[in-house]
Amino acid sequence: MARALVFAESDELAAELLSLARTLGLAADAALLGPSAAAAAEARGQYGAERVFVCDAAALATVWAEGYAHALASMVSHSGAEVVLLASTRRGKDLAGRLAQRLECGLVVDAIAVERQDGRIVVRRYGLGGNTVAVERVESPLQVIACLPHSFEASPAPTEAVVVPVSVELAEPRVKLVSRSPKVAAAVDVTRAERLVVVGKGLARQEDLAMIEELARLLGAEIGCTRALAADYHWLSEEQVIGISGKISRPKFLLSIGASGQIQHTVGILGAKTIVAINKDKGAPIFRTADYGIVGDLYEVVPRLIERLRQRT
Amino acid sequence: MEGWVDIIVCLKQVPDLDKIRFKADTREPVLEGVPFKFGDFEKNALEAAVQLKEQHGATVIALAVGNPKLPELILEALAMGADEAVLVTDPALEGSGSAAVALALAAAIRKLGRGDLVLMGEGSADNYSGQVVGRLAELLGWPQVTYVRELELDAQSRTLRAVRDLEDALEEVTVPLPCVLSVTSELNTPRLPPLTAILRASRKPKTTWSAAELGLEAAVAERARGLVTTLSNLAPAQERKQQLFEGDVDAALDGLLAAIAKEGVL
Repeated sequence: MARALVFAESDELAAELLSLARTLGLAADAALLGPSAAAAAEARGQYGAERVFVCDAAALATVWAEGYAHALASMVSHSGAEVVLLASTRRGKDLAGRLAQRLECGLVVDAIAVERQDGRIVVRRYGLGGNTVAVERVESPLQVIACLPHSFEASPAPTEAVVVPVSVELAEPRVKLVSRSPKVAAAVDVTRAERLVVVGKGLARQEDLAMIEELARLLGAEIGCTRALAADYHWLSEEQVIGISGKISRPKFLLSIGASGQIQHTVGILGAKTIVAINKDKGAPIFRTADYGIVGDLYEVVPRLIERLRQRT
Repeated sequence: MEGWVDIIVCLKQVPDLDKIRFKADTREPVLEGVPFKFGDFEKNALEAAVQLKEQHGATVIALAVGNPKLPELILEALAMGADEAVLVTDPALEGSGSAAVALALAAAIRKLGRGDLVLMGEGSADNYSGQVVGRLAELLGWPQVTYVRELELDAQSRTLRAVRDLEDALEEVTVPLPCVLSVTSELNTPRLPPLTAILRASRKPKTTWSAAELGLEAAVAERARGLVTTLSNLAPAQERKQQLFEGDVDAALDGLLAAIAKEGVL
């Protein structure tokens, strides 16, 4: 049976990747890196890791691509893995390129679906800035795949994981961590919201967000936005940005208000089950991505919609 | 001169994504006639380089791998403040993925024989895979710092201080030169070059190399190219209903609320 080696910075993402490995018919092993990382071995076993490779070198205390790639490459050869599964987070992608080059193998990041055909991994990801879904096959004997968080379901498969210590001679990190300031835990996690109201540049003033908040409250929805509202106007947090350089959402219901529907944004809403758009420009691309649309001024439509929803409750 | 640094900015030539159309029957993208441009993140990288030049007196070299349209496109980078350009154009590299592009960039940087800092965008506008930065750093044997949103150079100690923007935290790090960095759009606002700079751009030095001139063996480039094959790349099947309600707002809301009630999503 071909084997996969899984590495992710959190238990949750590792659980998703271990479950994916088993779904693909691969025997799953996990990698743990850093001085106190061994503590997570049992958690990996809960999701079917047969072996857990642990490198507790002090040099791995902080996340740095060079050292992590070095240690992981060594674990790949120890484990005999054909497939390496990583999380497509920023830390994961930082590591993925370096590791793939070190192993001189093919890499696909931001995988939204993964299959195995004749022993080769076939991946779906968004291409051409979100305009397309590309189907890509990794041809090298060793295949590295970084998977978008929350695209694969974690399913427990309790296993007595065997812990295998691995020692690697690592150089002193050249990148030195000075400080880490955790972001204020985002009040909203748009990647997990079941219902989402997404607002774009059609909103003219920051104070009009009150109206959007009221609508979201009535719908039981979280609020997301296009990049400009966070990066240029600073009305909403960067954690709420939906799109190719922001978050990918998958709600059951998404209401898009005053967003034109540029492809860099819509790639983040394509996974929604039902999309409703409100925009005054009938030609706006957002309507091509929507199931239902109201062509009209959001300043007329939203207050009336709020009124209707209030009557229902 | 003390503190002197050569900064290389890697730029990717991508089709203008807003101008891509799709064949209605096959959902294939039509790229013929679509103009090329540089991605927005690359402009943040170039702006960062030009600001470092203004503070420390660096030389900024724009480096790009692309097709024969590249010499025209690169003028924009030269107008924004790059001092010279190095272009790698070779049919053998056209349409290459990240692995082959990283090889070509590394070969060009070695042939140049200078470069203390390599800057690039956090991801390209078309693929946004962000894997070239790690691949290139590994090929050069240099440290890498990705997703940089704040950057300062201490020319005396030849050390950079950078703040990385990660999902759950900001990380402040230091890294010595030479190194490879990728930057986010929060780092700066790229300048719009004045007309005089645009006019001067065509007079700045440009060097064009083929893969052979870089010493990049065809077999090596071919192997890197073959690591990943694209089986298909189509617009997603249009499964959206695209039902529009227009005119009277109340009537439109009636229609909308009835439709989504049927979907059972509210």
